[in-house]
Amino acid sequence: MVHSVLSPDEIRRALTRIAHEALERNMGPSHLVFVGLHTRGVPLARRLSSLISQFEGYAPPVGALDIGPYRDDVSRSRPKIQPTDMPMSINDKPVILVDDVLYTGRSTRAAMDALTDFGRPSQIQLAVLIDRGHRELPIRADYVGKNLPTAPDEEVQVFLEEIDERDGVTLMRGNDC
Amino acid sequence: MLTVSSRLKDSPKLPLIKNGIKKRRHILDLDDFAMEEIDGIFQAADAMKEILQRDIRKVPTLRGKTIITLFHESSTRTRVSFEQAGKILSADVINVSSSGSSVEKGESLYNTALTLQAMNADVVIMRHPHSGAPNFLARHLGLSVINAGDGGHAHPTQGLLDLYTIRNHFGNIAGLKVTIVGDILYSRVARSNLWGLTRMGAHVVLCAPPTLMPIDFTSGCHRVEGHPFSSVVIETNVDKAIQGADVVMPLRLQLERQEAGHLPTLREYSRTYGISAPRLALAKPGALVMHPGPMNEGVEIDSVVAHGVQSVIEEQVRNGVAIRMALLYGITSPIDEQGTGR
Repeated sequence: MVHSVLSPDEIRRALTRIAHEALERNMGPSHLVFVGLHTRGVPLARRLSSLISQFEGYAPPVGALDIGPYRDDVSRSRPKIQPTDMPMSINDKPVILVDDVLYTGRSTRAAMDALTDFGRPSQIQLAVLIDRGHRELPIRADYVGKNLPTAPDEEVQVFLEEIDERDGVTLMRGNDC
Repeated sequence: MLTVSSRLKDSPKLPLIKNGIKKRRHILDLDDFAMEEIDGIFQAADAMKEILQRDIRKVPTLRGKTIITLFHESSTRTRVSFEQAGKILSADVINVSSSGSSVEKGESLYNTALTLQAMNADVVIMRHPHSGAPNFLARHLGLSVINAGDGGHAHPTQGLLDLYTIRNHFGNIAGLKVTIVGDILYSRVARSNLWGLTRMGAHVVLCAPPTLMPIDFTSGCHRVEGHPFSSVVIETNVDKAIQGADVVMPLRLQLERQEAGHLPTLREYSRTYGISAPRLALAKPGALVMHPGPMNEGVEIDSVVAHGVQSVIEEQVRNGVAIRMALLYGITSPIDEQGTGR
């Protein structure tokens, strides 16, 4: 069974809320930097930046990070690797990492390692569209689109216009995966 | 000299195919690389290239892996390039060359390799004067083997970095005219490029004096319909070969060839086959000049051309590191079915 978890409008509202929360917490957009994690974190980061530019007239810079080379399980799996693009300095700036789904927390750990190779941010915050639980590391998100309790054998799939030609989040039950 | 049949281990498992991409343990030749797999390597190399441009050029990907370079022939760029690729990915790289090692005391290739395996190496990168030596190791050892040049057979990583350099300049490879000039008979670079270029859809022209062209290449058997080399053109007149080319690739002329009687004099070779500025002008405007190195300037290529604006020879070296990082990344970790992890 495939359940729809978020509709396109719900995704838009969740991102709008996250954009406002990020502005409030960081006292404006002036130093803010968004870094999206390949693949679907990157368009989400771009959307957050463009929402902020609608509210504040300033679009925070957006980077794209591939965590493939930093994963702790490269000897078990080989994720597809894409170029990292960090067009701005992250030194002494609050950086918001953006990912689609927060699960074990291992991607986030790898992302923090990768990020510190580019400089020393004043803070690293984490924004995710879905938090599905089952953390294996002491990591939590600062901004969450939707908390979604799941079983480990279920699969959360995020679809984004920029990549999948439609917006949506679905939950697939274990025996269908 | 390479048969040790009584001590054979199980032959390595055949590559698995998932999502159309082969899971390889070894890189021995380009003859069985599909277009899709080569594109995948290019994509990974793009990501690796970005790492090379960072302030901190180090990622922890291969931490705890041991890579041994085993070179039975001299080399600068290939060995250094592999060493740099391994080190940037945080692997431990150990260099073994035949001079100064037990090879000088008469140790066989098989025994040297067993020793390296006993030291828990994960990857052996090998150059050897005999064709097939890396295949021999791949068959008998339980570790990954990368061929860094074996005799006149293959030099797959050079082939891939040449393809990658061409693709980065033109956007794709299909339909381009690539002219390879020189010692086709002995050149492993020419062979690997031939496999790779034809697979990617380039029109390849091979040009050499008749004494340096393999006999079966001139007899016309390569024109068999459906054969991967059916589109390859053989040309002995270099001016005709270069006419309208997008890429001109002179090969190093090994100076021993003259002594072996393949050539009257180097001066004559240089005059009739050397790539000079007027000769290069016959190619398309903006055609690329490539060379696998090391160059004999003034023999197969004029200095003006080698260091001119159309030359991408140094870029080939830079791309070589990215390609080798991509290959090391690929063979040391199994494929992820979804292509992404969480």
